[in-house]
Amino acid sequence: MSGPDVRGASIAALAEGVRSRRWKSRDLVEAYLDRIARLDKAVGSYLLVDAPGARGHADKVDAAVAAGQDVGPLGGVPIALKDIFVTRGIETTCGSKILRGFIPPYEGTPSGRLAAAGAVNLGKLNMDEFAMGSSNENSSRGPVRNPWALDRVPGGSSGGSAAAVAASLCAGSLGTDTGGSIRQPAALCGVAGMKPTYGRVSRYGVIAFASSLDHPGPFGRTVEDVAALMEVIAGHDPLDSTSIPAPVGRYREAVGAGIAGLRVGVPDEYFQAGMDPEIEASVRQALEVLAKAGAQISRVSLPHTQYAVATYYLVCTAEAASNLARYDGVRFGHRTPQAASLDELYSRTRGEGFGSEPKRRIILGTFVLRAGYYDAYYGKALLVRRKIADDFSAAFSACDVLVTPTSPVPAFRLGERMADPLQMYLADIYTVAPALAGVPAMSQCCGFTKAGLPIGLQIIGPPLGEEAVFRAAGAYQNATDWHTRLPDDLPMTAPR
Amino acid sequence: MNALDKYEPVIGLEVHVQLATRSKIFSDSSAAFGAEPNSATDPVCLGLPGTLPVLNRAAVESAIRFGLAVGANIRRRSRYARKHYFYPDLPKGFQISQYDEPLCEGGAISFRIKDQPRQVRLTRIHMEEDAGKNLHAAAGASFVDYNRAGVPLCEVVSEPDVRSAEEASEYMRAVRTLVRFLGISDGNMEEGSLRCDANVSLRLRGETKFGTKAELKNINSFKNVRDAIEHEIGRQAALLDRGARVVQESRLWDAARGVSVAMRSKEQAHDYRYFPEPDLPPLAVDEAWLARARASLPELPEERFKRYTTESGLTPQDAGVLVSERDIADYFDAVVAASKTAGAATAGVPVAKKVANWVLNEVLARIDDARKLGSPDLPVSPSALAELVDLVEDGTLSGKLGKDVFARMWQDGRRAAEIVKTESVSQVSDAGVIEAACQKVIAANPDEVARYKAGKVQVIGFLVGAVMKETGGKANPKTVNEILKRLL
Repeated sequence: MSGPDVRGASIAALAEGVRSRRWKSRDLVEAYLDRIARLDKAVGSYLLVDAPGARGHADKVDAAVAAGQDVGPLGGVPIALKDIFVTRGIETTCGSKILRGFIPPYEGTPSGRLAAAGAVNLGKLNMDEFAMGSSNENSSRGPVRNPWALDRVPGGSSGGSAAAVAASLCAGSLGTDTGGSIRQPAALCGVAGMKPTYGRVSRYGVIAFASSLDHPGPFGRTVEDVAALMEVIAGHDPLDSTSIPAPVGRYREAVGAGIAGLRVGVPDEYFQAGMDPEIEASVRQALEVLAKAGAQISRVSLPHTQYAVATYYLVCTAEAASNLARYDGVRFGHRTPQAASLDELYSRTRGEGFGSEPKRRIILGTFVLRAGYYDAYYGKALLVRRKIADDFSAAFSACDVLVTPTSPVPAFRLGERMADPLQMYLADIYTVAPALAGVPAMSQCCGFTKAGLPIGLQIIGPPLGEEAVFRAAGAYQNATDWHTRLPDDLPMTAPR
Repeated sequence: MNALDKYEPVIGLEVHVQLATRSKIFSDSSAAFGAEPNSATDPVCLGLPGTLPVLNRAAVESAIRFGLAVGANIRRRSRYARKHYFYPDLPKGFQISQYDEPLCEGGAISFRIKDQPRQVRLTRIHMEEDAGKNLHAAAGASFVDYNRAGVPLCEVVSEPDVRSAEEASEYMRAVRTLVRFLGISDGNMEEGSLRCDANVSLRLRGETKFGTKAELKNINSFKNVRDAIEHEIGRQAALLDRGARVVQESRLWDAARGVSVAMRSKEQAHDYRYFPEPDLPPLAVDEAWLARARASLPELPEERFKRYTTESGLTPQDAGVLVSERDIADYFDAVVAASKTAGAATAGVPVAKKVANWVLNEVLARIDDARKLGSPDLPVSPSALAELVDLVEDGTLSGKLGKDVFARMWQDGRRAAEIVKTESVSQVSDAGVIEAACQKVIAANPDEVARYKAGKVQVIGFLVGAVMKETGGKANPKTVNEILKRLL
């Protein structure tokens, strides 16, 4: 098939091409559909490809372009959505058997805003079931493989969203980050991804895992692409009461604004034992790059960092157990075919429908909230969470952004950590604290290991400080070329 | 020995008031009663994945007004919490309620029993969402109607101040009256707008410690409130009498069979795993909002009761009926306001009291639901009744004629003045006409006249009746009396 080469293409270039009639949105859709058909058997990033829907939408965009109408900032650009985003009329499963066959009657806010900005949805992306996991191996529909090394995981839970962008199976995507689920897979797949400030992007129509921690956000090949998507999906939404009524920043402008005088803090607690030396070296080099670009680098301390993972697992399991109570087989999704009583309907439906990780977290969360133990667990976790947020406030009194590694290790092999949930939970060690504090944080590629695996750089900003994050990320990207590297298409046949 | 001589019942009530808002507490579908099953639903109230609650401020305002009306403390910051349990009518597997930071704390419901003032203190008033309704078909299949899911509720929790089934029932009536005065709920128990759970325990008279309580659930009419509590008092007294213990448990009242059945014991009680609702920020109520809510309060039932019994000179009984329903009180007030004579008194009886008699004996006797008094379709409007009252008070009509005219007004909606004019029903006070009639009656009844003159003065009643008959009931009875006496 001929047409535009979408491999490695940026959102800005694709949108400009559609606007200037260099190509049609329909051609872009066909090019991506062709790549998905050829390559995604090996990657496994899509759970559902909505070819008719994408073609129909693309044709409408093309007609609008032909009629001289404004098609929006993302007009005609093919993107894809983590299957946690509710899409009207399109099956939405959250990677779980318990939601198989669920066709939502409504559209969520983030995906609706993308569509309104002209983006064309190619389909729904694989994920850890209910966004619980750090390797995308907890999907009820099989794992996603890392496009840089097919025997390795893409990270999780937004593994499909990261891998699809890395393999050029969509121009950009949306994911969600609860403890690191955007940043860690972005790091492991060598793409850029942002967890915005809590409340900056609406959660309406984003299936809840841990409500006080769920952050929808974008993936892109480049920092500008992430900024372009952010400008569309961010902003107040009256349907989400935790949404912040503040104006949206000029993120794309910030990417090119430079960082002369920007104060960059380096938290001591993020450079300790357990970190892969290749990762530490890359991140230290990145700090030098930032310094050379004009940043003032200084050490800071986030003293409660060591409690972040424990705090995170108390908060997220409690909220998950609550949020997952609605999957009871009564109104939607899976219902056991054999139940003689109401109790049996519940226990069998949930027993059959949930995978082992949601079950583990439901049990933990139920334990955490039971009568008489609230203060010892959930209540205590909320207190520590406040301390962790205070750490960030203190650090941001002296710095504009913080820079850390995203993940202590590069992509690990499939199956390697599945037997040990605790080891898996530690994959989020650098990402959970910003999630608990609700501050914006971004991961972008800052190098590769000798084995050719991407390394992620995390840049953290103060609340609603997305522009500062984009400034730093943009300056780093402008001084490096890691983001231009692409995984090979050729070896992408399913191993085994 | 009567159980109540030996034991003192200690009763606390939890009343659920459905707030009559247009839309649901956390979403925009209709909160009205009686639609086709599952037609008044939306993704939020169905608990579809990805949906989030958005608080209905009108519901909060209703709850604040209720809190202000009962003298509760309105918290400037309150919080919503999730209460977890599994049931098909509960879409999310949890109910959004309030737990450790309810909207209102304290306050009291005031009412009267046998004209004695009574106060039941409140612990708290919190807001929550209603659940749907399970419908069980004959064939063993069950269905769920989610129209009710998400309808706003106020839960009014009393202190254990109630001491009898009658008091409980009167308390419920007072709550209903109050919510109707405030216009925040239709208060229909039959439609479930008002529901009650009762915590009942007994203790020996003179004992100060509480006994073990049982919770009665599903009490959905005033009669049930009384029956269920009376039954429970009897049940517990029988247990205690034979030395057995009351088990702390929830019991379901079965109105059809007139018994309660054990639902679950304390050990089987749900662990609701309350925690703050992360999807809703804490609710802040500022002074301006409170002031607006306070300014919107109507004159409350007990305030009106005081006004009626003092300024208007009504008996406590009459005043009690008038304030039992806002529409009655408003109707009464409107008649008094429109009447030219209502401020006055005739023969020492305040006209307001006569207005009360008209309302209680004539108007209320003709309608089955007092709330119809608020309807514009009512055949006799307050101003029409005021006109009639004035015609009676100025002597144009006798009391008897007035009632006849009222009946006709009710029948065809005409005004009193029009009926008086076109049918010449006004009272005859013309002495000449009456004297002629009297002379005719005296001439026709020599025996009665003789008995009267012999000292049987009560015979005058017969003669007055005869004159009235002669004049077609239009003669002023007072004038007839005077003229007869003079002639005799």
